[in-house]
This record gives sequence, C-alpha cells and structure tokens, in this order.
Amino acid sequence: MSATLSTPPESLRPSRPRAPRHSILRLGLSRIGFEIRLYFRSTDTVFFTFLFPFIMLGIFTAAFSAQGNIGTNPDGSGGISVGAYYLPGMLAAGMLLSGLQNLAIDIAGEKGDGTLKRLGGTPLSPLSYFIGKIGQVLVTGILQAVLLLLVARFAFDIALPTELEKWLTFVWVFLLGVITCAFLGIALSALPRSGRSASAVVIPIVLVLQFISGVYLQFNALPEWMQNIAGLFPLKWMAQGMRSVFLPDGFASQEQNGAWELDLVPLALLVWLVVGLIGSRLSFRWIRKDA
Amino acid sequence: MRVARLSKSYGDVDAVADISFDISPGETFALLGPNGAGKSSTIEILEGYRDRSEGDVTVLGVDPQHGGLDWKARIGIVLQSSGEGGNATVAEQLRHFAGLYPNPRPVDEVIAAVGLESKAKTRIHKLSGGQQRRVDVALGIIGRPELLFLDEPTTGFDPEARHQFWDLIRSLKADGTTILLTTHNLDEAAELSDRAGIIVGGKLIDIGAIGELGGPAARVPRVRWRDSAGVQHEDCTETPARVVAGLATLGEPADLQVIRPSLEDIYLGLVRRHAADSATTTENAEVLA
Repeated sequence: MSATLSTPPESLRPSRPRAPRHSILRLGLSRIGFEIRLYFRSTDTVFFTFLFPFIMLGIFTAAFSAQGNIGTNPDGSGGISVGAYYLPGMLAAGMLLSGLQNLAIDIAGEKGDGTLKRLGGTPLSPLSYFIGKIGQVLVTGILQAVLLLLVARFAFDIALPTELEKWLTFVWVFLLGVITCAFLGIALSALPRSGRSASAVVIPIVLVLQFISGVYLQFNALPEWMQNIAGLFPLKWMAQGMRSVFLPDGFASQEQNGAWELDLVPLALLVWLVVGLIGSRLSFRWIRKDA
Repeated sequence: MRVARLSKSYGDVDAVADISFDISPGETFALLGPNGAGKSSTIEILEGYRDRSEGDVTVLGVDPQHGGLDWKARIGIVLQSSGEGGNATVAEQLRHFAGLYPNPRPVDEVIAAVGLESKAKTRIHKLSGGQQRRVDVALGIIGRPELLFLDEPTTGFDPEARHQFWDLIRSLKADGTTILLTTHNLDEAAELSDRAGIIVGGKLIDIGAIGELGGPAARVPRVRWRDSAGVQHEDCTETPARVVAGLATLGEPADLQVIRPSLEDIYLGLVRRHAADSATTTENAEVLA
C-alpha cells in the first residue's frame, strides 16, 4: 500500500453515473477462459481428471496385450487389440471424469474455501458461473477426447472408424454425455460437507461406476444383476454408445441385449440430464445460508 | 443505509436482537464488539448473504435480501477471512473481477494502491497471509463501490501495512465512498470512522460519534501519581492541571501521569459494565427462580 492517496487519481474515484451491467452471457464467456486457465494450473485435476484415461489405457494395453486379441475367430485370427477394445471405455471414463468428478470436487472446493461466497457478492449471475463451468468441461473434455484419439491412433496403432455416420454418433454421444455429467457434477457438489472431504466422497462413486459400467472390466463378462444395476446409471450408456462407434459391428452381439441400442442411449442420457439440471438448480447456493 | 429493529435468530439463539442504526452517504461507520457479539451476522445481513429474522433493512435503497445484480454492482465486500489462496495471479484475479463490474477501477492502480506491484504476477496462494488480505481489499474496491463493507480488514497486517491501508481508506472516503467497518483494532476505528456502534451480546449498547461514545463521564481525565511513601493515587478530575499544580506544591510526585481515556479504554469500560449488568440480571433471575 505504497500509494498515499491524499488526492487520489481521477480513476480511483467512484463515478456516480452508472454504466450498464454486462450481460449474463458475456460474463459467462469471460468465466470460461478464467476457469480453463485455473483447471490446467491444478496439478490434482490435470492428473486425476485429464490424464487418467491415458494412463489407464496405457496400463490395460501393457497388462493384457500378451493375451492376444479380443473377439478372435475360433482359429485365433481376427479380433481387435486390447487397446482398441478399451478405447471406447476410456473415452466414456474421460467424459465422466471431466464432467462429473471434476465439477463435483471443484465446486465443493470453491464452496469450502470461500470462492463462491466472494463471487456471490459480485454482480455475477449464477447462470454466468454455470456457463463458465460447463464451458470449461466442454473445452477440456473435447481436448481430452481428441488427444486420446490421437494417442490411440498414432501411439497404439488403433484403427479408427472411417464412416461419417459413426463419427456423427460419436459427436452426439460425447456432447450429450459430457453435458449430462457436468450438470450431475454441479448437483453432486452439494453432497460433500466440506471442500476437503470432496475427493473422498466423489472418487469412490466415480470409481464404482467405472467398474460396473464396462470401463475397466469387459461389460459382457459381468453378471447379469450387475449389468442391470449399471443400466440405471449414465456411464453404462455412454460406454455402450462409444463401443458402437469404435468396435466392429460384430461386437454388438456381446451387448446385454445383443444390440447397440442407439435409441436407448440418448433416452437414458436425457433422463439423467434432467436429473442433473433439477439437482443443480435445487442444490446450488453461493453460500450455505444460515448454516 | 437504514437498519431498524433488526433481529436474527439461529434456532433458539438470538445472535442479533433489536438493532437500529443509520449510515449516511459518505460516512464511515464502525461496528465494534467482542467476538461472537453479532457483528458478522449484522454485516452479512446487510451484504445480502443472510436473511434476517425480523426488522427492516435498506441498503442503497434496496432490501439486501432481494438485492439483484445491479445492486451488487454498487457495493464492495471485504469478507472476514478468505483463506482462498487460489491458482490465479494477483493481476489475473483482479482483471477477472474488474470484468464483472460495469465501471471498474483500473487494475494497475488498485494493485498499486494496496502495495502489491511487485507481486502482481505471483499466484495468490504463494503470498503471505497479510498480502492475501491486501488482495481481498483490492477485490473489494475494484468495482468502484459506492458502499464498501470491511469486515476486520487489517487482520494479519504489519503496522506499516496497516497505516498504508488507513491512507487508502481515507482516500476512498475523500471520494465519497460510504464505509461500514468492523474491527478489533480500536485505534483503527478511531482513525477511520466518523461514528461507531458497540454491539455486545447481540444488542447495540452504545452508538455515537467517535468523540462522544460512552458519554462525558467515561472521558473524564485521570491523574495518577505515587506519593513519598510509594502509595499509588488516582484522581478523576475535569481539571487535571489544577490537581497537578496542587501536587507540585508538595514536591515532585513520582510517576506522574495525566491520562485521557482512549477509545479502547472507553470501549472496554462499556463492554465490562454491560457484562456486569447482565451478570447481575442473571443472578437476580436465579434468586427469583
């Protein structure tokens, strides 16, 4: 506080004529850039959210490649590599991590450390704040998926689909899934009682979902009851949608109902999107009033 | 700002009971009181963070419980403690917050005004506690508020930083900013504020100009000395010079002091008297029971 401002500079004076407030959208867009910058500065987030699918893909490929291809003909020919088999699961896991895990922990932390309380005292609409968070998830999620596809193609030599139709499926499954996960993350951020306990509350949920939804374990190898439970949650449908894009069509027969069910995938995700929207709307507060 | 018969209860506990005061535009008003007296509850109701249980409150012409974004653009808030740290640098954080307001102060000038020029490119979590507090203050004034809330703003400041902060507040005051301050530092209240209110146990026990708190009786000077036998004497008198002159005729008294009660002395007197009063009330209640 070096400046002793007995006569302050013109610019420090409060001006009485008031300028119009910025629009909700404009502030939301300004939040996106700020959020992305902070995302990549957080070591925890970069490791456990952004890089995690890459690490898991590497581990699965290294661990199981020796067992040969998956889905081979009786004579041992054909099939696809372990990496190719796990790629759709890792893409789905990335969507879950970038959306749900990231936002649930991030927002619970911001609630705990006073960031939200401070923002609540500024002319920032909660809607602008949401735009910033969803934008951060979309940008980082897309970056993660694109990098994952590049790594798969060029480092693991996994063949990617060439049909336009498959890529269109990829785009809608990705966008619907990642946005659904983002809103579920906002809603879930109300659950941890403190910022410090956020990881401990959120990560087990995310981990269990990944195990039962066909991300880490082959979905068709799971018992029927576990497949049914997984079917109640969105990750199973995201993983199934991704498998429909990246696995050969012959693999559809291994699905629970012997088909990709691309009509049920958007339905399940939309239901969860509505749950996420309502949950976010009901649970979000700048501060816990009267707590 | 107008506060009339404000009350706030949490369950059965009355945190704030029947508090009324006004703050005029351009005035600096200090709320003083021990920890847990209800200062923060009061200030958080005025900031719009908490809902009141009873009473009427108007801040910049608006009920803070329904203060919209336009209202928030006109106020600045320095919360009690942040502990927020954060991965943004000082300049990034201020630039971002400046962007939230329709008519912000220039970021560089605010950074200079809180003395953080050399730390502008440092991430906030790497700053010391006192430096982080300066960032809080900077974020509070970046939006060019008409009304500034300062909740214990100088906690963790070294004496030099505190004096520089006082200069900054005086310059904001000179610009016509209305300021509501809570502090445990009575010198700070005396330096900065025009009027003060003292809250104890959720009640406003005194309010007035800084020079008039506690009434004239609390301000009577004291003459203190030790006689030739070494016994301590104290005389409360409106005419200390005459007392001293009288003493001088008997020879030079030891350890002679003329004490004018400071705001701190007056404040402590009021708080103690209130505590004694409520203790007596409780005792009486117990006797009656």
